[in-house]
Amino acid sequence: MAAAQEVVTETPTVEAPPKRAMTLGYGTSLALLGLLALVPLFAKNFIIFQMTTLLIYALAVLALNILTGGSGQFSLGQSAFYAVGAYSSAILMEHANINYALTLPISGVICFAFGYLFGKPALRLSGIYLALATFALATAMPQLLKLGVLEPWTGGVQGLVVDKPDAPFGLKMSQDMWLYYFTLAVSTAIYIFSVNLLKSRSGRAFMAIRDNEIAASAMGIDVARYKTLAFGISAGITGVAGALGAIAVQFVAPDSYTVTLAISLFLGMVVGGVGWLPGSIVGAAFIIFVPNIAESISKGLSGAVFGVLLFLVIFLMPHGARQVAMFGQRLVGKLWK
Amino acid sequence: MMQAQDVQTASSPAAPLLAVRDVSVVFGGIIALNGVSFDMQHGQILGLIGPNGAGKTTLFNCLSRLYQPSAGDILMEGTSILSRPPHRIAEIGIGRTFQNVALFANLSVLDNVRIGTHARTHSNIVSDSLRLPRVRRSESEIDRRVHEVLGYLDLEDVAHVMVSGLPFGTQKRVELARALATDPKILLLDEPAGGLNHEEVHVLGDLIRRIRDERKMTVLLVEHHMGLVMSIADHVVALNFGRKLSEGTPAQVQSDPDVIKAYLGSKHQ
Repeated sequence: MAAAQEVVTETPTVEAPPKRAMTLGYGTSLALLGLLALVPLFAKNFIIFQMTTLLIYALAVLALNILTGGSGQFSLGQSAFYAVGAYSSAILMEHANINYALTLPISGVICFAFGYLFGKPALRLSGIYLALATFALATAMPQLLKLGVLEPWTGGVQGLVVDKPDAPFGLKMSQDMWLYYFTLAVSTAIYIFSVNLLKSRSGRAFMAIRDNEIAASAMGIDVARYKTLAFGISAGITGVAGALGAIAVQFVAPDSYTVTLAISLFLGMVVGGVGWLPGSIVGAAFIIFVPNIAESISKGLSGAVFGVLLFLVIFLMPHGARQVAMFGQRLVGKLWK
Repeated sequence: MMQAQDVQTASSPAAPLLAVRDVSVVFGGIIALNGVSFDMQHGQILGLIGPNGAGKTTLFNCLSRLYQPSAGDILMEGTSILSRPPHRIAEIGIGRTFQNVALFANLSVLDNVRIGTHARTHSNIVSDSLRLPRVRRSESEIDRRVHEVLGYLDLEDVAHVMVSGLPFGTQKRVELARALATDPKILLLDEPAGGLNHEEVHVLGDLIRRIRDERKMTVLLVEHHMGLVMSIADHVVALNFGRKLSEGTPAQVQSDPDVIKAYLGSKHQ
């Protein structure tokens, strides 16, 4: 009885910023997409490759954002889903000779199933306990991938090498550039689907559960079903990101997918703004570029510099990039007048 | 089956919409409800009263399936609701509000009320992600219904405001709107007057009566505020220490010596 009543009055575990909008306007979105589409034309291959990585991580951060910002469930185990997606794709390409593009939906479906099934027992856990359970999954994954029985497929500690795809239809484009546009197309599609989802009846069910499970249930929302679905969707998108990652770096190995990756993705979500999908790309940029910046400031103390930078970000804008975007919006609004 | 219903119809003016039958709830040795029975007729406003700890909210939570009675049964239109999980109560026409307002704090008024239509609509994650034509149609139907309810409760002005920023009285109205959006046959109101001032309570009373008359709903009102219950209820059930103390019209219950004793204490102790 006490438990049920506590839940009713419980404050939501995820603090959302004081504005509801989860997305950007059409104009801003198109401008950003245009920018992302144009940059490679003027950039070197290495920069293009980094931008591909940026999009892939943005996708993984977006997936976590749907889970945590959307349905209010924590996960420190996204690296496990990322690994399963990467390995699924690599194994399908190397052992079954399946086209790289086709491995993406297959990896997505495999990871959806994996996440959905993981979500079932995880239903009994919430908040910090759920975070710990997913953390355990992330810790276990690299070792599971090294298992002797799986070695014929996974290549054990050595991992698998993947061929980089050429641009199709005889397009005169470097492999890196083709892969970038391919990744951009996939990410854009998934972003649009995610926005649609969160603005729909299913997405509202996620957010209702995030804010108040008892009330959600009284409105007819099957809390268990939507919570596991959120896990499945999040894992599925992370799996696609993992598959893209495997194709981009042409290599999968167990130790690429440690719990550090999971924590990075969590960091990216917080920096981008929990529950704000466009923030995912800002969060991804943070986890990719800020460690490099820290290293350029001080080689020996790069970890400490990164820590200070992170601390500053959290301290100055606790709601992440969304807060900056809102501030910018207000500023533009004032200048307009 | 038909015959049984006929007999029931013959014995009482109408078959009850909701029947509570000998419901008992035990929490680890504490008897919160002890064999409580009463009927709710179509179109009635039934007031459930009682001092603190009498079991009002416990009974309420049995109706919305948050608690499982240890004995007894609850029948909605003749069918037991006890085999239904909590999320399948809205679909049979039982909508509720909460004692301390349980809104979706980080969502707008509009979205809160949209969520109220969940049990009355269908979709799946694939059609929602692709925003298929039928999803668009369903969404515009949801919005039509939601705006009707918002208009009815005079909430259009705050439709896009996040609920956590609204005054308490408005939040209570949003909760009522959300419950109305579930399109219930029975509206369960858990202390709707709690935290409202005298004027607001008066307005609330009129509103509840209007909802019953205009939207053809049956209302179960759990309330501390005697004035409100006595002025709008058709029928009153009084609980004390988990038992039914008295039942009847407001006047009957109000003059019942047992009820007076439970509320004011005995004169000669």
